[in-house]
Amino acid sequence: MIEYGDAVKVISKERGDAVVITTMTQSGFWGQVSTHKNLDIGIANGMGKASSVGLGVALGRPDRKVIVLDGDGSLLMNLGSLVTVAGQQPANFYHFVFDNGVYAITGGQPVPGHEMVDYAGLARAAGYRNAYSFADVETLATELPGIMAKPGPVLVNIKSKTVLPRGPVDQTWESNKRMPAALRAVRKTLTGS
Amino acid sequence: MQEIRLRASGIVNELVREGITHVITLPDSETKFMYDAIRKAGDITVVPVCREGEAIPIAAGLWAAGKKPVVIIQNSGLYESGDALRGLGIGVNLPVVMFIGYRGYKRHGDTPDTAARFLEPYLHTWGVPFYLLEYDSDLDRIPMAFKHAARDSTPVAVLVGVEYADESV
Repeated sequence: MIEYGDAVKVISKERGDAVVITTMTQSGFWGQVSTHKNLDIGIANGMGKASSVGLGVALGRPDRKVIVLDGDGSLLMNLGSLVTVAGQQPANFYHFVFDNGVYAITGGQPVPGHEMVDYAGLARAAGYRNAYSFADVETLATELPGIMAKPGPVLVNIKSKTVLPRGPVDQTWESNKRMPAALRAVRKTLTGS
Repeated sequence: MQEIRLRASGIVNELVREGITHVITLPDSETKFMYDAIRKAGDITVVPVCREGEAIPIAAGLWAAGKKPVVIIQNSGLYESGDALRGLGIGVNLPVVMFIGYRGYKRHGDTPDTAARFLEPYLHTWGVPFYLLEYDSDLDRIPMAFKHAARDSTPVAVLVGVEYADESV
């Protein structure tokens, strides 16, 4: 099992100038390591739609890599997106799934099919060009540069240790301004307007 | 001979005039001729989705990348997309126009299909402005909808109240 903090450090080393779309637990950990916050979009309360937002960016800017940091519970809410992504074959699309088997944000209840679902297998069957699964950070760190050098769509499943939030979900007027602001910051960075 | 009320080609011409880059869609029975007309025009990329709830988030990503997408789905698909419309449409002030197939619409009332009966109350409840198309003479409502979406930075619906005509007959 891989610690979230270790996984995001490894991913950030391979980021380059990619746009990064995160959701749920991944957003907090990514925020601690990201060095290009004007290229980050954290999807809050998105009910599994990070992969769809990422596909939109990837189709709109095929010259730039797009990294999606998804969760297993989130992907299960939007499982058809695997087929939608594969149907477009975006060569710049890199889809990471943090697979801890639970809905961490709501207290750790198991997701349907936990310990049975093979997300890399689902991605391959949907038509992703490549898919991988890692359970130790050393192998992830060794293999990821080669994976990111190949064209997508790629799915990388990360068997993760569960981290439960310490407090309630952040729901303030300020927190709800972050996602629209992030979309506009990315748009400004990518287009200049 | 079939009466032509709403030509798909007229709508596609408006989309081209607006500089639309992508149509994100899940085809429905009302939009077959629209789908064919877009493919024929060749100026707009079609992004098919497996479920309508993907469409608005994909539009949000395309908009962040500097593109100008529209969404084309049926009213029943809009209901399925409810949380996406809330979170990634209204919630991010996304200036996107959604063409919604008004399945079950009868302009003289007597509407048994709940998909039609609930549509306008639904949009009113969510605060989504909308424009209705029934005839080619309504096509000027399309640029109005785009201006509205851009001016207020909000999702705007264009309700398609009839089946697009098959112009080949």
